[in-house]
Amino acid sequence: MQTLYLTLAVFLLLNLAAGMWRVLRGPTTADRMLATQLFGTTAVAILLLLAEAGIYNALRDVALVFALLAGVTAVAFVRCAWPEREAEHDTD
Amino acid sequence: MTLIDYLSSLLLLVGAIFFLAGTLGLLRFPDVYTRLHALTKADNVGLGLIITGLALQSESLAGAGKLVLIWLLVILAGSTTANLIAKEALRRGVRVWKQ
Repeated sequence: MQTLYLTLAVFLLLNLAAGMWRVLRGPTTADRMLATQLFGTTAVAILLLLAEAGIYNALRDVALVFALLAGVTAVAFVRCAWPEREAEHDTD
Repeated sequence: MTLIDYLSSLLLLVGAIFFLAGTLGLLRFPDVYTRLHALTKADNVGLGLIITGLALQSESLAGAGKLVLIWLLVILAGSTTANLIAKEALRRGVRVWKQ
């Protein structure tokens, strides 16, 4: 089982790296935010898998904090951090 | 390997496939709204299946409860995010994709 946990953790990490392309590319700020939101969820899954593989039990608590903060980041983004005027190429 | 092990391996694998689909959707879909659709699938179903798989392996009820709590928090965050971002994007006139 341990091999499966670690393999899946690496697989999810590769997914995360692929998602990085969307953060760099955009085109709108919202797209970048969506990608980081997916990173948060993937990170939760990776941490839980590593904890189950017996790396370090406290990783479950780290995952819990990630899950808690995920909601806050989105609200903070929409209310405060989304620029009112995007660059010209961003709206299409 | 016991039957529980097989069941949880299956759940973990299907969960990972949902994450792959979510990432592919995020990369390939044409606008914010469709990408939002891909993202929420990975959030809810992908993590849900992985957490179910791990909860089957958990030795105590409290451990499984913690995993379910994490899942509920992610679902709450995911649905709030989807709603807020889609509404705000519409208000700001981010164009909806048509063919």
